[in-house]
Amino acid sequence: MSPSDTPVLSLAKVTKTFPGVRALSEVSIDLYPGKVTALVGENGAGKSTVVKTLTGIYQPDGGAILVDGAPVQFPAPQSAENAGVTAIHQETVLFDELSVAENIFLGHAPKGSFGLIDTRAMFTGAKEILDGLGANIDPNATLKELGTANKHLVAIARALSIDARVVIMDEPTAALSHAEIEELYELVDGLKAQGKAILFISHKFDEIFRIADNYTVFRDGQLIGDGAISDVNEAELVKMMVGRDVSQIFPERDRNLGADVLTVSGYDHPTEFANIGFTLRRGEILGFYGLVGAGRSEFMQALFGTTKPIAGSVRVDGAEATIRSPADAVSHGIVYVPEDRGQQGAIVDLPIFQNVTLPSLKQTSHKGFLKMAEEFKLAREYTERLDLRAASLDTNVGSLSGGNQQKVVIAKWLATNPKVIILDEPTKGIDIGSKAAVHEFMAELAGQGLAVIMVSSEIPEIVGMSDRVIVMREGRIAAELDRQDISPEILVGHAAGITEAHA
Amino acid sequence: MTKLLASREALLVLAIAVLLAVISWRFPAFVAPSNLLNVFNDTSPLILLAIGQMIVILTKCIDLSVAANLALTGMVVSLINIVAPGLPVIFIVLIAIGFGTLLGMFNGILVWKLAIPPIVVTLGTMTIFRGIIFLLTEGKWVNSHEMSDSFKSVPRTDLLGLPILSWIAIATVILFTVVMTRTSLGRAFYAAGGNPHAATYAGINVGKTQFWAFTVSGAIAGLAGYLWVSRFAVAYVDVAGGFELTVVAACVIGGVSIMGGVGTVFGALLGALFLGIIANALPVVNISPFSQMAISGGAIIIAVILNAQANRTPGRIILKKAEHAT
Repeated sequence: MSPSDTPVLSLAKVTKTFPGVRALSEVSIDLYPGKVTALVGENGAGKSTVVKTLTGIYQPDGGAILVDGAPVQFPAPQSAENAGVTAIHQETVLFDELSVAENIFLGHAPKGSFGLIDTRAMFTGAKEILDGLGANIDPNATLKELGTANKHLVAIARALSIDARVVIMDEPTAALSHAEIEELYELVDGLKAQGKAILFISHKFDEIFRIADNYTVFRDGQLIGDGAISDVNEAELVKMMVGRDVSQIFPERDRNLGADVLTVSGYDHPTEFANIGFTLRRGEILGFYGLVGAGRSEFMQALFGTTKPIAGSVRVDGAEATIRSPADAVSHGIVYVPEDRGQQGAIVDLPIFQNVTLPSLKQTSHKGFLKMAEEFKLAREYTERLDLRAASLDTNVGSLSGGNQQKVVIAKWLATNPKVIILDEPTKGIDIGSKAAVHEFMAELAGQGLAVIMVSSEIPEIVGMSDRVIVMREGRIAAELDRQDISPEILVGHAAGITEAHA
Repeated sequence: MTKLLASREALLVLAIAVLLAVISWRFPAFVAPSNLLNVFNDTSPLILLAIGQMIVILTKCIDLSVAANLALTGMVVSLINIVAPGLPVIFIVLIAIGFGTLLGMFNGILVWKLAIPPIVVTLGTMTIFRGIIFLLTEGKWVNSHEMSDSFKSVPRTDLLGLPILSWIAIATVILFTVVMTRTSLGRAFYAAGGNPHAATYAGINVGKTQFWAFTVSGAIAGLAGYLWVSRFAVAYVDVAGGFELTVVAACVIGGVSIMGGVGTVFGALLGALFLGIIANALPVVNISPFSQMAISGGAIIIAVILNAQANRTPGRIILKKAEHAT
């Protein structure tokens, strides 16, 4: 491990400016062979810009990129690949309709006679790489046949197919379940052992402390600190990231549970879940925990009417409710805030007020004709409640910042005056500061007597926010835990089905 | 975006004004009010169809069968007129709207219930509709002398100085401006195309909304079918052949986003007028029909470039946000 004192790839005082903003300001990073460097920072700290600079998508305005200590330029992604730098992106950039082998070698397929692609060499090459990863995937399979985890392995295989010396992983665990994450760690350890330098970008501290050797912290495009991971603790890293002391605090709230508002019993689906039943009370936050693929989102979709269960009944405020479509759910006071609020939440080409009133048009219209004054009144009431800042409610949502777009989406649902609000992964992929705001807001909603269902894969959030937790495993309820019984170990135990062995 | 859209429509008004100015320099009589009214009247069927098409495109679909629907409905009402020459024209109009509506619903059902891509569905029905005309007539024409006088006279009858055909176009523009801006259904068209996921979660049935868009488009095409054959006093298999592409072009020039969710009745009207003026003016100023096609094509590409420019703004806004964070 002695040659690891010269970095294989470095950024030296790199600056990158976009019109109106300095995305990177004289930042430096060193990546050493056989070491994992964690890049840590809030959203907007400049992590993605670093990835794009290192892979030749962006050109730095100042400073230098060094390979083995010598300055180089990456005018195109191809030149970064030639230098042995490869990235596994946050969303896997692969092609569903192509085969696994074609995906792995796209852009650098082995050529045979006449410059045509040598299919056989491509398939043997793919097989070798996949076997090296310990992945049992058929290179002939079409990508769309694979599950998320296997697709990820293909993305990794693609990264390795170019004989990489530097592997950049941009939030690689975001879409993976617990067991899959563990496999990824082993893989990273394997890459380390082969002497590859790894840049690991993550929001999750447990990951960073599990696999990183070094850390680099960015804030607002500036380098805040770096060093060996053994020299810092979690609190210090968080402090560097946000520039203030933040222990992950969840809002204190009085738990005033009211009457039963929602009773679900015997919900069955032919392939996705079975025998789901629970009762939800006013002012309660009910957490839904489980591994990815445990059927939580699928059940919520059925509860909201986007998919149809084969059996089961729902009572709202004691009265039988038939929910066959989202419109039925909304009219019964059940609303669903999907995981991908940007994509699935707002209609960017419509103005704010029209977005807010969309599910409430029955209230703001008379015999099918809309009453603009009522629409504006409703929209103003709820956007003011959320402190939405916009020049006018006539502004199109597309011109708002991401945070304000989210407020529009939430205002939209509150305007329907719901009884039950389902939040699917409410804080996925957002930074610590925004997370706290979302948690605060959830507590406020519950305080006002709304019943909240929170689907989350983040254990601290489940532990910190829930009054009660339902753990799902393989489409069934594995456990229902009261507040005092919730602990990370118990949650994971039930979710993975290892309770007995654990106890 | 509202501002940009408004300015895009203002830009189109400006483009039309410049076009008229250039034409009047070569041929002053063209801009005489009476001639402009003629041009408007001549463009009325295009205006009608563009409004229907705009609604379909708003919901992320496309209706290639409008011209075939127009031809088939026109033929059906012509044949009815031959069999029952005494039938009052108001019934003919209602039959045309009703028949066109059924054809539109047929498209809509296939898109909604079978989830077949709209371009494939309407490409198929386009051929089917024209095929049915052939089966009905064995390729024969229905000529002027076979049509009753009242059947032929309605679109040309003057009312307050304008032919009824023009009044129908004006009424349709007003009706659909109200529908699109002031009714839940109009809002649903925008929502379903602007973001189908968000619309679904808001309780809007996207497929059903698309079905209604095709139904409206079909109804308008049916009405236009009667107006067309009675105005030209002839019905045959190839009536309005290829006209569906002119209709789509009018929408695109009028600022209707082919990706769905963006577009106005006023924009569709302007797009249709723009093409109508080109079609009417270029022959009188001695420009060949081929240059006319090139000019229409150029206008489409310019309109698409303007659309693309408008869609580029969100990128800049992200950076503004980053600017505030710094």
